Amino acid sequence: MTSRDVRQEDPWHDTLTAGWGWPNGAGMPAPAAVPRPRGEAEREIVEARARDVYLAVQQSEAFQEVRSRYRRFVVPGAAAFLVWYVGYVVTATAAPGLMARPVIGAVNVGMLAGLGQFASTFLLTWAYARHARLRRDRPALELRWDTQELTRGVQGGTS
Amino acid sequence: MTSHHQMLALVLFSAFVAVTLGITTWVSRRRHGSAEEFYAGGRLFTPLENGFAISGDYLSAASFLGVTGLIALYGYDGLLYGVGFLVAWLVVLFVAAELVRNCGRFTLADVVAARMAERPVRIATGSASVTVSVMYLVAQMVGAGSLVALLLGGSGGAAQAWTVIGVGALMVIYVSLGGMRATTWIQIVKAVLMLTGTIVMTVLVLVRFHGDINQLLLTAAERSGHGASFLAPGLKYGGDWTARMDFISLGLALVLGTAGLPHILSRFYTVPTARAARRSTVWSIGLIGSFYLMTIVLGFGATAVVGADALRRSNAAGNTAIPLLALDLGGGASSTGGTVLFAVVAAVAFATILAVVAGITLASSASVAHDLYASLRRRPTTPRGEVAVARIAAAAIGVVAIALGLLARNLNVAFLVGLAFAVAASANLPTLLYSLFWRNFTTRGAVWAVYGGLIPAVILVLLSPVVSGSPGSLFPGVDFQYFPLQNPGIVSIPLGFLAGWLGTVTSDEMPDEAKFAETEVRSLTGAGAV
Repeated sequence: MTSRDVRQEDPWHDTLTAGWGWPNGAGMPAPAAVPRPRGEAEREIVEARARDVYLAVQQSEAFQEVRSRYRRFVVPGAAAFLVWYVGYVVTATAAPGLMARPVIGAVNVGMLAGLGQFASTFLLTWAYARHARLRRDRPALELRWDTQELTRGVQGGTS
Repeated sequence: MTSHHQMLALVLFSAFVAVTLGITTWVSRRRHGSAEEFYAGGRLFTPLENGFAISGDYLSAASFLGVTGLIALYGYDGLLYGVGFLVAWLVVLFVAAELVRNCGRFTLADVVAARMAERPVRIATGSASVTVSVMYLVAQMVGAGSLVALLLGGSGGAAQAWTVIGVGALMVIYVSLGGMRATTWIQIVKAVLMLTGTIVMTVLVLVRFHGDINQLLLTAAERSGHGASFLAPGLKYGGDWTARMDFISLGLALVLGTAGLPHILSRFYTVPTARAARRSTVWSIGLIGSFYLMTIVLGFGATAVVGADALRRSNAAGNTAIPLLALDLGGGASSTGGTVLFAVVAAVAFATILAVVAGITLASSASVAHDLYASLRRRPTTPRGEVAVARIAAAAIGVVAIALGLLARNLNVAFLVGLAFAVAASANLPTLLYSLFWRNFTTRGAVWAVYGGLIPAVILVLLSPVVSGSPGSLFPGVDFQYFPLQNPGIVSIPLGFLAGWLGTVTSDEMPDEAKFAETEVRSLTGAGAV
């Protein structure tokens, strides 16, 4: 497993990305440090093991935690702003009288609701960025390292 | 417009063109011809740079001229556009920016095709992306034509045609020589120019009214000729039920379409990590939101300062509200200040069109070369060969856009953009959401979701009052209008989602658990991201 140790210092170039996104898997030369599997059969074994790695990571508690943190923020957040926006548009088209009701001077309910859309967008943007930075970034980065280590280990191990 | 105005504006145009060509040359001197460089600018932009570039890409002539014009003529109903264009960014931030950055390389098809049988999915997603881009492109070309017609005075049919051809030629040069790096820098320069221009004009309007917003609104309502109803919804979309449905349809298309626009998604690949993609989105939301807040002041300001009658006389769709406001704020038509400000605003609008056009052309040439060409040609392609194809595709798309731009030059700009958003929301968004979040999604589902949104959207547009059957349509002489709404979104977006679901449940293909695990793990952690 010496080759694995050598490659630890370069986490941004892992062999797994070869072929991802390239139609027909062409064009990405494997990094020189990686021992290339010789036959088709061997490559299939490597791919099968890489699949297992992703399945294993997906089942892991750490990943489930990251995913549920993401979903617990995004699902209610998206539902809230979509309902608020669609409600705003439908009210503006269906009940213009309500929107025209004056509040202060020339400013009416509709104006305040429109500015409220801007305010809620800025607020949700800030909240999402903060949530992602404090609650998701660190565990996600750790998972990224671990996953890349595992896939590399699988590929290094067959040679 | 006097010849004095024209001279100065033309000098400023030429200066911008010279600067952007300079950027293109400077960038392409050091090019390696790799795909990474051509499509993604080497992925080395900072979040701040990318944030400016995203707003430069997004704030098209439809926003700068169209939305302010709509506010100036229809008051509150114009403001609804700005709200829709901004709220859409929450969808991008929540589900697209980081996840797409993590799982893709250059195009939307990369994200979807990773889980599926590549060929059919790439061909479907690639065709949808090219369709959206061409529609968006036509809107910008038409905008450039009308802007120059305004500047040169009168109708100027020949000048308009030559402008469309000139813009098309310039964008092909930018894109095929400079790739993503040149395009990004052009976007950044343009975004800075445009935001600066908008800030200056907003300050001048507020100074004119001594900072009294209430007074500004009251004057605008008074000079609009509509009184208090100018400040409430209903002037443009308050008529019969079709007008109201049309507005709801447009509202949905705006909010759901942005996350499916290929030229916006491709911007996320120009930064190194998903975190940088998120931070660029936060920057761009700040910039875009501030911009639309200022357009409210400018739109009401145009009515209050210039008056709705004068605006309508100049351009019935209100597209000239901003230049006319600039003329007045600078001190009037005969003053130096007015001339300078008018020329600056016209040049900014022109720069906007050029930059947006370059961004879209790049994204669509990526779809053609990376998705369509590479899938249709069965032999493996090399990245270098693919980039060569992308450069040729940029030229071909330029020719198509010029031809369509000449054909559609009498249509409203903001409205054409609304169509492109509707197609993006119907074809691209369902596919993207399903493939990121739905475990059982299959190849057939993906292909059906794309075509099930794309084909109804395009057919409904063809059968709508935009194309035939009304005086302002593309072919006013014939009548094959069977669909009452101008914007197809309210019908075609649900159809796209439905088709994706139907295709998935009816296919006998077993969903690949491991591939979904890979997509899910990669999208949320960034493992294996390039």
